[in-house]
Amino acid sequence: MHKLLTDEPGKKMLLLGNEAIARGAIEAGVAVAAAYPGTPSSEISLNFFQMSRESDLYFEYSVNEKVSLEVAAAAANTGVRAMCVMKHVGMNVAADALMTLAYVGVRGGLVILVADDPFMFSSQNEQDSRYYAKLAGLPMLEPSTIEEAREMTIQAFELSEQLEEPVILRTTTRINHSTAVVSLGAIRPAKTRGDFTRNPMRYVTVPAVSRQLHVRLLANLDKAMGIAEQSAFNFAQGSGSWGIICNGVSYNYASDAVRDLDLEGRARILRLGFYNPMPEKLIKDFLRACDRVLVIEEGEPVLEEAIKALAQEEGLMLPIRGKGKDLFSRLFEFDPAMVREKIARYFDVQGVAVSHPDLSDLPPLPPRPPTLCAGCSHRATFHAVKKAVEGTDVIYPTDIGCYTLGMLPPLGVADFLICMGSSTGTAAGFSRTLDKKVIAFCGDSTFFHSAMAGLVNAVFNNHNFTLVILDNGTTAMTGHQPHPGVDMEKLGLSGYGRIDIKEVVEALGVACVREIQPYKLKKSIETLKEAFAHKGVSVVIAREICTLYGKSLKLPQMKPFYVSDRCRNHRDCIDKLGCPAFYIKEGRVAIDPDRCTGCAVCAQVCPENAILPVKERAAKGDV
Amino acid sequence: MKVTRLMIVAVGGQGNLLAAKVLGEAALVAGCPFRMSEIHGMAQRGGVVESAIVFGDAGSSLISNGEADILAGFEPLETLRAMGKCNKNTTVITSTAPLPPFAAAVGQVAYPDPGQLEKLIGDKVGSLTAFDAAALAREAGNVMAVNMVILGALAATNLLPVSPEVIRETIRTRTNRNFAETNLKAFDAGFRQK
Repeated sequence: MHKLLTDEPGKKMLLLGNEAIARGAIEAGVAVAAAYPGTPSSEISLNFFQMSRESDLYFEYSVNEKVSLEVAAAAANTGVRAMCVMKHVGMNVAADALMTLAYVGVRGGLVILVADDPFMFSSQNEQDSRYYAKLAGLPMLEPSTIEEAREMTIQAFELSEQLEEPVILRTTTRINHSTAVVSLGAIRPAKTRGDFTRNPMRYVTVPAVSRQLHVRLLANLDKAMGIAEQSAFNFAQGSGSWGIICNGVSYNYASDAVRDLDLEGRARILRLGFYNPMPEKLIKDFLRACDRVLVIEEGEPVLEEAIKALAQEEGLMLPIRGKGKDLFSRLFEFDPAMVREKIARYFDVQGVAVSHPDLSDLPPLPPRPPTLCAGCSHRATFHAVKKAVEGTDVIYPTDIGCYTLGMLPPLGVADFLICMGSSTGTAAGFSRTLDKKVIAFCGDSTFFHSAMAGLVNAVFNNHNFTLVILDNGTTAMTGHQPHPGVDMEKLGLSGYGRIDIKEVVEALGVACVREIQPYKLKKSIETLKEAFAHKGVSVVIAREICTLYGKSLKLPQMKPFYVSDRCRNHRDCIDKLGCPAFYIKEGRVAIDPDRCTGCAVCAQVCPENAILPVKERAAKGDV
Repeated sequence: MKVTRLMIVAVGGQGNLLAAKVLGEAALVAGCPFRMSEIHGMAQRGGVVESAIVFGDAGSSLISNGEADILAGFEPLETLRAMGKCNKNTTVITSTAPLPPFAAAVGQVAYPDPGQLEKLIGDKVGSLTAFDAAALAREAGNVMAVNMVILGALAATNLLPVSPEVIRETIRTRTNRNFAETNLKAFDAGFRQK
């Protein structure tokens, strides 16, 4: 049985934040969950996917975040509990659905989990999703600990049903990817069948209906504020005339700092865990008890600006600070010592001395950037593309996935990237204003997510570029989730359809469609040249399964290669491919047989044909 | 309860997260409060994996620069990279077996001389235990058990609020049954390094 289905209330379990959230949803009786994977939220949907195979939970990997929210929204409007999970930038994709769903509301609880990523450990921006709650007029909750993440998920469902509105549960990476002990609660059996009574004046958002629904939403916001005033998720602790107001993980840093700086009795903390709408009375009362306030929040000054406005309303003149040159930055994530130091500075107390070692004598430390895996077919495709366009001026709009790593040397095939699916739309723009060959890259999952729409646009508007779809049969970057092009039968799962990318591209009216097997370099280069020569939109689909995924599926592995005596040390293999299976030993190129997957691409690049397959896989592990 | 901050750094694939999980499970058994935070973005693509484990009465699950009580590195370059986490009292445990990043493996950039570790780390911190954890793991029967070797050395410091016996028992019951015996051998080999 899946560990998160354990029905032993009171049992203590070590859980990742994302597991605690998934468990909370199960305890709340979630019936329908939908998601498009995105770090740092991915383990929530992975656990839902696993649990859906041994419980009543319906889970789907939707094609993108907007669709996942629509699926969950409709299910919730039949009276069952539903959840939708995404990373912060996924909210941008889902925003169109979100804004008007707020007008319509829900019947069964709907919780929308959005995982922000301060510092951008694995994201293209660090936007602050709290603005979405304000923009949509929806309640937002945010936990400070893993245990609270479980509890808050349950309460978010309750709140959603109480208000008949979706509730946004916001986390940051340090909640999603932190681990702590969680006490399990009882699992409420899921109500899986719903009902729906036709009521167009509530559910069909034509202008006349929406005018009424907006009134309804604002009334709900007032009601939500009343609940926020009383919520146990908003609490004050400590005493004294110095005030600290904080949310999320900042609360942990702030409370540790108050103890370490010996400020107990001098500083009080207001932790806001339910902050949209802001509990105005609670905050005003807190402000009245203080003569100075510091607002501690990662990201944008969302709380700070609201709190300053509340102080103004009350005619309170106390200093309230948060973001600023000598205080907190809107950039990146916070850490305990940094928060402690800012608190000490703001309240003018002695800080804690930390003895930092003098590291000036350390030699330069080579960075360890993530790279495409040994044997990754993207490397082969990128090399083939570069060979096929040798001597041509090219621009490479790219997209989001492992293949974004193609930006690194020696490949260098990424020139422009803004968001999921942007490869095709940006390729169109470049093709209109540049006298360069435009070659765009996108992955299979990204194609279905949103790059497909840009391709439709390109055919209609008769743009001129080549799209290379890197089809490795899975959503690789986020941990091998399925997508509409995946053969689910191979995973032992029935009841799924399958959409063939080539058939889609042809049906869209792309006149020149080609397929390559990237490990066959010569043939791939020829085929790519044909597609590149085509005027208008052409598409090349590079098909080869992700090497990591192939290993996890226990597909038959190929024999590794080695560098024979024929090697003349040209090092084309290293300089052109940069496969991490290569290393230099005593001035000669060598291949680590434990990392080599036997793709043989380097053997085709070597001018001396010096790279050969190992006959027997001997001496494994000892190179 | 006294706060003990342990930073574990490794290269993706070295089993950092499993080591941290074993310590977490052991702390759960021992009834010791703890929380941990990990950064494993693109671990499978050869990047750095960091785990911060905070035992005792603190709310934070991050470790700021200069505040690690213990730094455990599965790879010497990553230990050096994490030196900013240390102070003059920090106990450092590191493997000396290099896993050079690609640019260093193909000679495009220099890899720091592992022979200099003592000189570079030794007098800046409270104590340094440096040994070839990969060799000990291989001797124990699984070159992948570097994480268990380092866990053994960590347990031997007596700085963790969890006893070596509890950690050992957690390895026996909570790691893959097929590897439990070699894992324990590796743990014991690391334990003897102190």
